[in-house]
Amino acid sequence: MSFARRAWIVLWKDLLTERRSKESLNALFFFALLLLFLFEFALGPDRERLTAALPGLLWLGFILAGLLGLGRTFLVERENDCWEGLLLTPGDKGAIYLGKLAVNFLLMAAVAIVLLGLFGIFYNVDLWASLAPLSVVIFLGTVGLAAVGTLFGAMTSQVRARELLFPLLLLPVQVPVLLGTVKATEAVLQGLALAEVAHWLKLLAAADLVYLVVGILTFEFVLEA
Amino acid sequence: MTQHPSLSQTQRAIDIQGVRKAFGANAVLEQVDLALEAGEVLALLGANGAGKTTLVKILATLLRPSSGGGSVVGFDLVREAEAIRRRMGLLAHGSYVYEDLTAEENLRFWATMAGLPADPAALRKALAAADLEGVAGERARTFSSGMKQRLTLARTLLGAPRLLLLDEPYAGLDQQGKKWLEEVLLDFKVKGGAVLMATHSFTRGLAIADRVAILAGGRIVLNRPRASLDLEELRRLYALATEDFSEGAT
Repeated sequence: MSFARRAWIVLWKDLLTERRSKESLNALFFFALLLLFLFEFALGPDRERLTAALPGLLWLGFILAGLLGLGRTFLVERENDCWEGLLLTPGDKGAIYLGKLAVNFLLMAAVAIVLLGLFGIFYNVDLWASLAPLSVVIFLGTVGLAAVGTLFGAMTSQVRARELLFPLLLLPVQVPVLLGTVKATEAVLQGLALAEVAHWLKLLAAADLVYLVVGILTFEFVLEA
Repeated sequence: MTQHPSLSQTQRAIDIQGVRKAFGANAVLEQVDLALEAGEVLALLGANGAGKTTLVKILATLLRPSSGGGSVVGFDLVREAEAIRRRMGLLAHGSYVYEDLTAEENLRFWATMAGLPADPAALRKALAAADLEGVAGERARTFSSGMKQRLTLARTLLGAPRLLLLDEPYAGLDQQGKKWLEEVLLDFKVKGGAVLMATHSFTRGLAIADRVAILAGGRIVLNRPRASLDLEELRRLYALATEDFSEGAT
């Protein structure tokens, strides 16, 4: 109970802070919008090329926005040495990780919804028909991205070269998630049923589970280091 | 906030021996022995770079000693950090205040994180004790440094700690705030709590101290009951200790 209560209060605190400062959300939305413009210019009006590239573009957008947003997760804890205060709190530090992960998941999910909507409008793609299976893929992909991003965000938040280190650590570990999400998204956008990409979804779910467990178990050491 | 479970008479709040801390080749603390009884206030004086903050961080279990050890609130400094953290309050250089949360929200967050009840009445009471009841709903970003220091102390006292570790607690406080802090600490001490206060401020630090220790060059060069020292003698000893160290260092 105490674990869940502590995870919840971290989520509550970060969402309240974000609602008042709007630092991450504003940056993420403008960044996502900028990406869409760049993709549009790079690919031109060729519909076939666009359709083929769409799953990759979609996840490239998520990942790049994730790099921006997830790296900032623990910056709020640097102000007034709040990080030190968290370290001194008794109990399982995994609760802090879980709270932060939930915040990141919600932020990334908000970015995903906006990106999807903008993709539909910008590229004139009908995403409505494949919305339900696409949501499943995006959910699994976002959990994986947020789980690793939260852990590495904590690891790099206290080092000087964090902007360089964070993507260097995050991207190689994200390969299974990226592979699974892009392949599953591609299939779903072609109108295939989820059952036909079950192997990719299983890979995603397994990767999510591993990242989550590793994050909860190792977060205390990351915080203490 | 008013209850302070006291340590037993036989249990020392702090009892460390031979503590050494080095960062690489640079030794910050050397052979530090220190004892503090329940119901005592120790003023730890020292110039900048003397090692006060490092010592406070070791006692708060934020840093591990390179060698040596001992106990804090009856628990092993290295092996039982979790138990110490539950019974100790730290007022460090950082305020641990979230600027975009209100005073009450800050307390609610830290109380919940510490596993304490965070009902609004208890939080309001804690804020009232810190003279912050009127600004309970205002964001900390709008607070002066003195108000943040009060909020920090209110947060520190939430868990009814047995030991308070204070690192420059008078920083940012005006005269009224300093007087308030002294009253809070005296009340804490009377109820059986122990206080270690690392400070530059002779007059403020000594006003409520039972013992005085001087840290110079990473070593405790003086540790005596306050009653055995007058202010002039202490100033002379402090100047001597820090001067000796400076000469030794050069």
